[in-house]
Amino acid sequence: MSLSHQQYALIGRVLAWGLAALLAVAIGLDLADYEIPGALRLALVGWGFAAVSFAIIRQNMLAYVTKRLVEAALVVWVIATLTFLLLRFIPGGPFDTEKALPPEVKANIEAKYGLNDPLTKQYADFIVGAVQGDLGESYKYIGRSVSDIIGESLPVSAQLGFYSMLLAFAIGIPLGVFAASKHNTWLDTGAMFAAISGVALPSFVIGPLLVTVFSFGVPFAFLHGTLPPALWESSVYYVLPVLTLGMRPAAIIARLTRSSVLEVIQSDFVRTAKAKGVAHLTLLYKHVLKNSLIPVLTISGPLVAGILSGSFVIEIIFAIPGMGKHLVQSVTNRDYPLILGVTLVYAVLLVIANLIVDILYTVVDPRIKLT
Amino acid sequence: MPISVPTLNPNDPLPEGVDAAGPVSAPARSLWSDGFRRLRKNRAAVVSGIFILFICLMAAFADVVAPYSFETQNIDEMLQGPSAKHWFGTDSLGRDLLSRVIYGARMSMSVGVLTAIVSLLIGGIYGAISGWVGGRVDAAMMRAIDILQAVPELLLLILVMVVFNSVDVFESPELKALTGIFLALSIVGWVGLARIVRGQVMQVKQSLYVEAAQALGAKGRVVLFRHIFPNILGPIIVVLTFQIPSNVLFESFLSFIGLGLQPPFSSWGVLCNDGWKAKTDPHLIIFPGLALYLTMLAFNLLGDGLRDAFDPKMKNR
Repeated sequence: MSLSHQQYALIGRVLAWGLAALLAVAIGLDLADYEIPGALRLALVGWGFAAVSFAIIRQNMLAYVTKRLVEAALVVWVIATLTFLLLRFIPGGPFDTEKALPPEVKANIEAKYGLNDPLTKQYADFIVGAVQGDLGESYKYIGRSVSDIIGESLPVSAQLGFYSMLLAFAIGIPLGVFAASKHNTWLDTGAMFAAISGVALPSFVIGPLLVTVFSFGVPFAFLHGTLPPALWESSVYYVLPVLTLGMRPAAIIARLTRSSVLEVIQSDFVRTAKAKGVAHLTLLYKHVLKNSLIPVLTISGPLVAGILSGSFVIEIIFAIPGMGKHLVQSVTNRDYPLILGVTLVYAVLLVIANLIVDILYTVVDPRIKLT
Repeated sequence: MPISVPTLNPNDPLPEGVDAAGPVSAPARSLWSDGFRRLRKNRAAVVSGIFILFICLMAAFADVVAPYSFETQNIDEMLQGPSAKHWFGTDSLGRDLLSRVIYGARMSMSVGVLTAIVSLLIGGIYGAISGWVGGRVDAAMMRAIDILQAVPELLLLILVMVVFNSVDVFESPELKALTGIFLALSIVGWVGLARIVRGQVMQVKQSLYVEAAQALGAKGRVVLFRHIFPNILGPIIVVLTFQIPSNVLFESFLSFIGLGLQPPFSSWGVLCNDGWKAKTDPHLIIFPGLALYLTMLAFNLLGDGLRDAFDPKMKNR
């Protein structure tokens, strides 16, 4: 089946806009505190998968993506192995308590979790289980499987991360374009100072400050109780954590967009468009911005990683029942299966995010060929 | 009759009015003095540099500068706002916050600077070997780095801290926490530096002056230290300037989540944690937060300035 270039472009556009529309509906429902229906979730995943597959086939990247997936699997395996070994070589065990347990009891517990097996068997069990999606039982949340705990907390972290990223783009890109369009004026300087401040302000300073102002009403009493200081129950609860987590990436995106736009503004095609009489805003957003987004996309991979690790501290500050909380706690609790499970999920997310960003490059800039 | 040709002896003084460099000349300036001239024109960078110097001096002479001890509690003066007696107020145990911020600077800055230098040493040597030797060695060394970089930094940090916390090497809890942070940050930090040094070495290795030196018979060691090293120093200093604040931030982060230093010892992260727990006494978070923010800001501005001055190719990146 051979389609013309125009037909391909049309399919691509339908897929992209369709995905955007589905996402918008889902976001709207979520923010209005409705449960997102299962059918919509399924449609989103399916549509997203279709769009990415289409991009891969269109750009002839099937071989490249396969290679990357194999590499990714290798990286995840190495991380899993390293973490596993590191945990086994920490002095002391997960069931060492202040008051020593009776030896029989301890032996029973260790037998239950297979801690008396030879290291090679423990390792083999872990890898085989992980491949099948069975990450074992938590040591501390007795009777609960790690997959269960992750299945419960991952969506919360994903929501937090997704909205923060969305906010970062929504603030960062327009701010960057604005600063560039006012290049060398005080507006530019002011916007960039705000951006550099966003990079310099740690989340564990800005988060508590926002809570103090908007939840406790200090120093403005009329703001008392405007926004809840903790938990994650409806969309009002999203505001402060998302703002805190999104600020840093927004600042980074703004700085990058500005320098990228400044570079593109000097190119010939922009001068031509200007000479043809294209309106200022159209010029800025249609001709310039589209061509300056590539570096912004490049940084998205590391930014997603930053959001992932940034969410630890945010989840602690705002008492959000997400995965970051489990990571810190499980490490101090010596809850080996949970540590391994959370680590694996983070590694997989990171690797997939980087791969998707790489595929998106070729969509934004067809000149890039990945092989 | 033979024509007498005046012979020029390099030791002879030049005839009057003749300049060795030709008629049009400016005083020779090295790359470095050029860079410093550019840096001096950047007002934000200069102010930032002075501010960083100020913080460093304050940290170094904390016991002279601080008006009170960082751990003496005073039950009569708990949770006071800023006043003439306690400029930054007092915390929930009546400790003077200004003194705690000053002592906190000592911890935070020493961790930031020392770990940056250690990371640079490890990363620099690793990257230089990788870039200089090239070929299969380079490929293998870079693969190892790829894997290390795929592990989320914070996870690595937390794991190292936990491993270290379960080893009893030191009696003093302060020394133990500091060494742990130090180790964790150095292990995490060198990776990025190694990549940058490798890239720089590979780039400079191909330049004509290195080829010329090699053609003249210079040994590998001489080329590396006399020709390559001075030429990659600029970018490395720039990276170092960005590495220090990121380490300060990581230290604060670890102390904030309770894996680093613990009260009564003071670091900016410990103080932010205190401030966060205090909730309704904003001065407890504002002052340590401000110290952290201004330091981060200064390092970022100085780093930008240094980059523009010493590494002009990187401008606008």
